[in-house]
Amino acid sequence: MKFREAVRAATVEVMRKDARVFVLGIGVPDVKGIFGTTVGLADEFGADRAFDIPLSESAVTGICVGATFRGLRPIFVHQRIDFTMLTMDQIVNHAAKWRAMFHGAHPVPLVIRAIVGRGWGNGPQHTQSHHGTFAHIPGLKVVVPATPHDAKGLLIAAVEDDDPVIYIEHRWLHEEDGEVPDGYYEVPIGKAAVVRAGNDVTVAAVGPYVGEALKAAGALAGEGVSAEVLDLRTLRPLDSETLLASVRRTGRLVVADADWGPCGVSAELLAVTAEHAFGALKAPPVRVTWPDSPVPSSQALEPGFYPGARQIHAAVRYTLSRGASAGLAGSSTKPFEGPF
Amino acid sequence: MGEELGRAVSDPDLESLGLKEEGLRDLFRMMALTRRADLEATALQRQGELAVYPPLAGQEAAQVGSAYALEESDWIFPSYRELGAAVVRGVDLVEYLHFYRATWHGGTYDATAHRFGYVSVPVGSQILHAVGYAMGAKLDGASLCTLAYFGDGATSEGDFHEGCNFAAVFHAPVIFFCQNNQWAISVPVSAQTVAPIWRKADAYGFPGVQVDGNDVLAVYQATREAAARARDEGIPTLIEAVTYRMGPHSTADDASRYRPASELETWKARDPIDRYRERLVRAGVADDGFFAEVEQEAGAFAARLRAGVIASEPRPVEEMFAWVFAELPEHLRRQRQEVLGD
Repeated sequence: MKFREAVRAATVEVMRKDARVFVLGIGVPDVKGIFGTTVGLADEFGADRAFDIPLSESAVTGICVGATFRGLRPIFVHQRIDFTMLTMDQIVNHAAKWRAMFHGAHPVPLVIRAIVGRGWGNGPQHTQSHHGTFAHIPGLKVVVPATPHDAKGLLIAAVEDDDPVIYIEHRWLHEEDGEVPDGYYEVPIGKAAVVRAGNDVTVAAVGPYVGEALKAAGALAGEGVSAEVLDLRTLRPLDSETLLASVRRTGRLVVADADWGPCGVSAELLAVTAEHAFGALKAPPVRVTWPDSPVPSSQALEPGFYPGARQIHAAVRYTLSRGASAGLAGSSTKPFEGPF
Repeated sequence: MGEELGRAVSDPDLESLGLKEEGLRDLFRMMALTRRADLEATALQRQGELAVYPPLAGQEAAQVGSAYALEESDWIFPSYRELGAAVVRGVDLVEYLHFYRATWHGGTYDATAHRFGYVSVPVGSQILHAVGYAMGAKLDGASLCTLAYFGDGATSEGDFHEGCNFAAVFHAPVIFFCQNNQWAISVPVSAQTVAPIWRKADAYGFPGVQVDGNDVLAVYQATREAAARARDEGIPTLIEAVTYRMGPHSTADDASRYRPASELETWKARDPIDRYRERLVRAGVADDGFFAEVEQEAGAFAARLRAGVIASEPRPVEEMFAWVFAELPEHLRRQRQEVLGD
């Protein structure tokens, strides 16, 4: 099953199980159904549980927060995560804070699905990642699935969760195929996955960089280097136990994050490692992140902007103090296939 | 002042309100309790017992008249100045003032029990919660409406426009209740908007009503009608209650620095409590005995509030960590340990 189909399958599961769940967002009942993730929901569940909205991102976020007062569990979908920047008051000042502000009396079981683009132009305002922005805020949970299996299990877990959850999907992963179990299952929020075991270096990766890290690890194996790859899956709360256990064993850390570096999730991982496993480190940790500049629109610039398996490979080599390999291509490229 | 307000609802016929004499007296009682509690809260701030407080003196008719017009099952979503509506809803004011005493992040009252939402500081943000609740009620098939309080300043916020538009499109049963108290801190309403506030409803396709906000019966009537439209037909209403904030924006503000003294004098002459007292006497509904009784009750109400506020302690430090997430994550458990030293 494809990643985008897994997102849809999870939505169908939660809507069948719980009549309090509804889905709204620009394009939800459209024939394209937000890259196929919401196709047919209005047919099965009715137009009052899967519907389109006026172009009012901030208002709709506040309306979702208000609806939780009646025990409803909204899923608000953004075709571009960039548009969540219009909603920060309601997410940061309200949804994230109400449980604490009101003495535990008011949980906000809201799920914000936000899609990260790439390769379709309009870079600076249309293809950012922003998971680090949300992960900074107490009261928010942030998940970034990397596989169809986790896309389904994490979305179900997000809807089941009584805290607001920012669920971030990378458009490039939407077409990825993978095994997806039938039925209702949760992938626990707050748990990373060891997707490849290894002994020499820990590569902790976020979303689309899990696949790049696995490619790098494959190449490294041919060179006699055993890399352990972690799929972080949840960025907040961070599974520092799994991270630290791995780094304590390997003594080396490379973080591959689809975001800017400064004050980001990659910085947090290095901080946690320095605070709790400093003595285990055999080499300085290395981050593989985006350049600290706006995301480019031009496809000519993208290969320079997005690091990939080659940069992860080079980072691992650096931590091992060996020369970089020229044998791997840089970031993967894909032709733009649309539609928007 | 009917003419000067244009499409104003003012001075309605008593018979048409459907309020018995007891109800008419109750409205006065609530306004008097509100005035007295508001003065007490301001005094408590001046004495260092509250960190800050936004007084509402002058707006009692707007708040009490509107809150009193709702059914118990209807929800109120306040901004930060709606102590009068809280009085109508029977909210424990000591719990309400926890936020202003800075003994907790918010009020600790039970919002659901009173159908009275939480104090919301970002201007206009609570409007959306009222729309969301109303939409949820509609999805459930419940017959109720919600009322969002906000000020003239909030009508310049995007949230106000987006909330009105959304409610209109989805037929959400909402009353958008603007207390136009003439000033958004130091910004006069003339610098806030050129169009009269009530007329903005035209743009969303639902009724807009301007009401004399210092006439409690006019406010009651306008709100009652709006609530029926919302519940029965899913038609929202924008009510502009024209009133005046006689005090500062908050106890951290000095209104005399930007407002002419003559303006305050003009509005003092329209004091909503004095006006309503005269109205009740004229109608033969209340006498000196009643007013003396209310004064005594208000004094006792304020004394209880004072004692309760002074006795209320900051919440224990461990609660700082208690409700950040549904479960305490590992890193917060460690931080809690560091802070508490246990």
